[in-house]
Amino acid sequence: MADLHLPGTLTPLFAGLPRQVDVDANTVGEAIEHLDRDWPGLRDRLCEPGPLLRGHIHVYVDRERATLDTPLQLGSRVDVIAAISGG
Amino acid sequence: MPRTLLLVGTRKGCFLLESDGDRRDWALRGPFCEGWPVYHAVHDPSTGAIYAAAASEWHGSAVWKSPDLGETWTLSSEGLAYDADGGRKLSKVSTLAVNDGRVLVGVEAPGIFESRDGGASWSVLTTLAGEPGSDVWDDPANQPPGHLGVSALMFDTDEPSRFWAIVQGIGLFETGDDGTSWAPRNKGLRADWPRPHEDVGFCIHKLVRSPADGDRMFQQNHVGMHRSDDAGHTWVEITEGLPTEFGFAAAAHPHDRDTFYVVPLDPGHGRCMPDGHAAVWRTRDAGASWQRLDRGLPQRDAYVGVLREAMAIDSYDAPGLYFGTSTGQLFASTDEGESWSEIANYLPAISSVEVAQID
Repeated sequence: MADLHLPGTLTPLFAGLPRQVDVDANTVGEAIEHLDRDWPGLRDRLCEPGPLLRGHIHVYVDRERATLDTPLQLGSRVDVIAAISGG
Repeated sequence: MPRTLLLVGTRKGCFLLESDGDRRDWALRGPFCEGWPVYHAVHDPSTGAIYAAAASEWHGSAVWKSPDLGETWTLSSEGLAYDADGGRKLSKVSTLAVNDGRVLVGVEAPGIFESRDGGASWSVLTTLAGEPGSDVWDDPANQPPGHLGVSALMFDTDEPSRFWAIVQGIGLFETGDDGTSWAPRNKGLRADWPRPHEDVGFCIHKLVRSPADGDRMFQQNHVGMHRSDDAGHTWVEITEGLPTEFGFAAAAHPHDRDTFYVVPLDPGHGRCMPDGHAAVWRTRDAGASWQRLDRGLPQRDAYVGVLREAMAIDSYDAPGLYFGTSTGQLFASTDEGESWSEIANYLPAISSVEVAQID
């Protein structure tokens, strides 16, 4: 189970979506797919067709910059960051 | 008592201003859409829904919908993407058009998506592939981020399979068969730059059609104002008498085919009202002459711009005219532009203003 933390810009878009979610997944991409099942449309807010992470969405797994293919371990901490984009 | 609703798209969300039929006092609500940049917000009179085309730097493009005049909002981008294998990227949803429950959205790279289920899902209607100029916008070197997109759509409300689309920097196209085939509608327009195709290569900023005469159209072009008396088949220039040839916003009088409003801007990098004097200009004779309308508008140090969708006109017997600025002011006139009052200030930069009359 990975410990996934979401940006505050995402939670108002999906009813009931918390900032922190425990997800059982083998990769970052799989974790996002799991979330999309419970909150349809969430994947499109984080990914663009490809799929690829959106340009201003940065994901870190245990403090290392990650991609959708980055593997997750039991207890991995996953931080999804809406990268700063000016005022 | 009728309600008058202004839909204001801004760089930080959508706002609604409401008044009655007198349009003197306005109450503001918002921001909606979680502060996403909203490029265009429209009201569908057939369903009562509001749609807002928005594109977040973080979370991509989507169309927001409120079925209850702003009380609740949802968003969807289901299907609002090009096939990843085609190399074409959807970077922004720019403009909306609604007709009888159907919603069209123009996007960049140039294309039109449609929804027939009230904005819940979307599919590609057309990319205008094969039209003159499409080799330019289909060139991978010109893919977004860039400036090519479908910047405006306009339905023929009497003939729903007929509508017009502006492709930025390319020109105006008309379809009579719901987007299956298109015809360029740019004859007579001016362009001060080389054009690789005879029929296209024009920079149309705004197209409006007279509700009183469907053959009468006006457009604010990058270089000049133009009028058509045959629904866009041919154009004549009517710039003479205006302070500049450049601008974005325009509005057609709802009852008089010869009356039309524009907001001329400095064509340089500033793209503000000339010399810091705010004014709207009106013709009552289809462009033969123009009147400067500035009573109530700031006449010094007003370096404000008005974007393509940021002026609207209602259809009361005494029509109300509204425009929003790039610096967050919203002005209204209920005497055909003779005098103006500021009805909101300190809003984020305004992208669009539309007006709805609700019985």
